[in-house]
Amino acid sequence: MDAINSITNANAEAVLFYLFAGMAAVSALLLVLSRNIVRTAVCLLFTLMGVAGLYFLLHAEFIAAVQLVVYAGGTLILIIFGVMLTSKSPFSKFQPSAAEVAIALSVGTVLLGSLILALHSFPFPTAEADVQGKYPLVSLGQALLGDYLIPFEIASVLLLVVMIGAAYLAKGRRHEEENFKFHRTPASKTMREWT
Amino acid sequence: MQSMLAMTVTTIGLHHYLVLGAFLFVCGLMTMLLKRNAIGILMGVELVLNAANVNLVSFNYFSYAGKAGAPALNGQIFAIFVIVLAAAEAAVALAIFLNFYNNFTTIDVERASNLKG
Repeated sequence: MDAINSITNANAEAVLFYLFAGMAAVSALLLVLSRNIVRTAVCLLFTLMGVAGLYFLLHAEFIAAVQLVVYAGGTLILIIFGVMLTSKSPFSKFQPSAAEVAIALSVGTVLLGSLILALHSFPFPTAEADVQGKYPLVSLGQALLGDYLIPFEIASVLLLVVMIGAAYLAKGRRHEEENFKFHRTPASKTMREWT
Repeated sequence: MQSMLAMTVTTIGLHHYLVLGAFLFVCGLMTMLLKRNAIGILMGVELVLNAANVNLVSFNYFSYAGKAGAPALNGQIFAIFVIVLAAAEAAVALAIFLNFYNNFTTIDVERASNLKG
């Protein structure tokens, strides 16, 4: 009975793995191939969701939730807003030349082949982690505020710096540029007006 | 031989996840090489970071047993930091792209050649 249970569990795990991995891999491939930038963003969304499912299979539930909330909910929305704000590009054709496609394809196939060969020739130790013993979320929080306190705090300072820097960069000199473009006022005068 | 093949197909091990990570990494690299749109390149970077995260979490699960009595979580914590850094990187990169778009009225990276000698 136990043996049958474990076999069906293993099979269900394999089926779920192939489902999520196939979803991630196929949409990653479509991401490379598609020319439309909005379609590319949708492909990235499905890749992220497939990877989140793999995290669930690896018993990393918190990482999966963070992946869905921060990546699929935050970063991807940011990217889509960037696409919308920059969609009007009159001068661009966005088509890579044949030489570029050939170079990228050869680099990709050589790299993928050598990576897979290296993976299969190296004997990795497999000691399955003891995630069942304790509720891992508790120890994750304890580790973040214990052993990893300094990186945690540095990350929070980094986020503050990034927030201020991104706001400054995105605001930029837009008003000055518009004035410069439309009214032909010298830049020094506009600077004085706007400061 | 047949049964070994069946074992490798049905029993999901570390190698499966590592192969998937390698595939996602190569896809991200090719996206960076092929896209002219700066935001497409940013998506390639995100894909590469995700491949690294898959590797970190799967190594954490399969091959790092942790100290005695404590569960193994180092890989998961690294993955959290990678996600935080990816979000920060996306925010700064998008701010730079908006500035670039305001200056050049395009997002094509080929046109950012002002510094070319």
